[in-house]
Amino acid sequence: MNTNIQQEIDNPALLLTEQVLGFVRYIRDNHFNIGIQESLDCQRLAAQVDISNKRQFQFKLKSLLCSSRVDWVRFDELFDVYWQGKNARQKASSTLGGKGARTSAMGQTRKDKNEGTFDIPDADALSGDDSSKGDMSHEGASAIDGIASKDFSQLVNNAELRAMEELTERLAQRIRRRLLRRHRLSQKGQKIDMRRTLRQSLQYGGLPIELSIKKRRQQIPKIVVLMDVSRSMSVYSYLFLRFTRGILGAFKDADAYAFHTRLIHIGETLRERNRRHLAEKMALISSGWEGGTRIDKSLAEFNRRYARNVLNGRTIVLIVSDGYDTGEPEALVEQLNRVKRRSRRLVWINPLLGKKNYTPSTQCMKAALPLLDLFAPGNNLNSLAELETPLSTL
Amino acid sequence: MQASLESLRQRVASAGYIADQELLTSLWLTTELERPLLLEGDAGVGKTEIAKVLATVLDCALIRLQCYEGLDVNTAVYEWNYQRQLLAIRHQEAQSEKNVSEDALFSDKYLLKRPLLQSISEPQSVVLIIDEIDRADEEFEAYLLELLSDFQVSIPEIGTIKAQSIPKVILTSNGTRELSDALRRRCLYHYIDYPDYDKELSIVMSKVPEAGAQLASQIVNFVQRLRQQDLRKIPGIAETLDWAAALLRFDIKSLEDDPDAIVATLGCLLKTQEDQESMPKDMVERLIAKAV
Repeated sequence: MNTNIQQEIDNPALLLTEQVLGFVRYIRDNHFNIGIQESLDCQRLAAQVDISNKRQFQFKLKSLLCSSRVDWVRFDELFDVYWQGKNARQKASSTLGGKGARTSAMGQTRKDKNEGTFDIPDADALSGDDSSKGDMSHEGASAIDGIASKDFSQLVNNAELRAMEELTERLAQRIRRRLLRRHRLSQKGQKIDMRRTLRQSLQYGGLPIELSIKKRRQQIPKIVVLMDVSRSMSVYSYLFLRFTRGILGAFKDADAYAFHTRLIHIGETLRERNRRHLAEKMALISSGWEGGTRIDKSLAEFNRRYARNVLNGRTIVLIVSDGYDTGEPEALVEQLNRVKRRSRRLVWINPLLGKKNYTPSTQCMKAALPLLDLFAPGNNLNSLAELETPLSTL
Repeated sequence: MQASLESLRQRVASAGYIADQELLTSLWLTTELERPLLLEGDAGVGKTEIAKVLATVLDCALIRLQCYEGLDVNTAVYEWNYQRQLLAIRHQEAQSEKNVSEDALFSDKYLLKRPLLQSISEPQSVVLIIDEIDRADEEFEAYLLELLSDFQVSIPEIGTIKAQSIPKVILTSNGTRELSDALRRRCLYHYIDYPDYDKELSIVMSKVPEAGAQLASQIVNFVQRLRQQDLRKIPGIAETLDWAAALLRFDIKSLEDDPDAIVATLGCLLKTQEDQESMPKDMVERLIAKAV
């Protein structure tokens, strides 16, 4: 051990490289997307780094190792945690930076922190704020979150349910295939393909006798699921969670959100391959499930925070809800309109519609009806399977 | 290394761009590691501007590729000049040459270089900005990935064209679509947020110096507060500057002087009808009172 330390003091660069590699491993464990090239670049940076300027080194690694906004927001904290954990060793190396190097580094650090860091609101804090605000402004039985976290072991353990899961996945894949086929058959060619036309004209001495025509290729629609997980929907929520998971698996850029009195992004979590991890992760984000419903408020949250990035001209929005909501129908209509404006199709799946004698009687459901491109039942697997045709023809 | 970063800072500052240490570091790394830089952030935070400044600072040409849905290789990389080829065939026939030489037809003379090909065939390294990459299709993104790692382009009729110089590549994204992990990993990353009060103030002061310290600080204060409202389209820096210029035209010295003029000029900041409706006069007056 002693000789190790001696070696490290003798060669600070070696020590730093090692620590940097450790850091890369550390943030890779924290779900950063880092390849070999990045590790190598980090080492190169570490080799030529000026250890008296920690903040600058941090910025370099940040730029190199982050690859999305989520990473960007989390990086600084991870950096501090990792390097402060190794504080003792770092002191040893930074005193080697020359007289006064450390004090100047500290001063620099503080200065940079004041002028250079970005003020990005923390996503968790935001959602936390919203919910507390919401609870104050909207009182009433259905606006209160459910108390207990939901138990998701049922979602993954039961073999019968697993079989159903596979069925839904197959179904979603079938929808996708069918969509693809449709697009290839529809859309007559509109544009002359000059490249090929000219190639063919060579055999006629430059006369473009055979025209090649380009066909427009159409994209697969993007599906966004907004599902109600309030108490009234609890009978169906496993079915729809599995259906949604199937859709997420079959459509690469599909996305999913759950809502009760507020909105939760569940797309990433549902994509988790490992079943055990899936159940754990779902349990983590499920506080408040099986409580009341505020569809308009949840949609407003969706419109404010996600719609801009998630919705586009080829998005089909699937809202899964029974339409039992205590909010004002006008507010719901306004939010639905916003969603509709930004997306291609708006579909509402109401499990109650499959029941005999059901007519959409709640105010909210009635108000929403004129805005929908499709209003469909979805109380069991068969009715979901029947969605295939309308979805692929939308 | 320390020196070159410092000199980059000075040159960027003298080009009139206010950048913080973090952004400078990212720019420096891009030039140093010759890897593309992916800039993300909302519209109007100055992403495109960075590329222009980098070109000025490095004293090289700027080549811009604006992405859109349906952008293909023919508009982004190269295209044959078909009209000219047809003419040449005709011409050669008129000269009663027996064989129209295909090699001659598919030569450099008839090749139209689009931005990507052009950027790698310049003798001097250029700054290439690929704007709003998220608007392009995924297929194009995959193609781009190949280009960005090898810096060469294959043209079936001629063969492979290798880069004369490696361009400094900057990609921007508004996040309308999730980019592929491969592309993200290939790039350095930087997220640009709306500027804080101090930074925005110094931007306004440097771009619209006529405004004066008092009005500038009021403007920035107002816009900073406006951004916290529930708006559909949050005003960016460009909007702030537009608004400052507009206020100067109205000869406004202080925001509280003429609330009507402020409301009238709000079109510079709020670009949707919804947002304008959500800011009635009394609301604006309240914001002004806080900002002054």
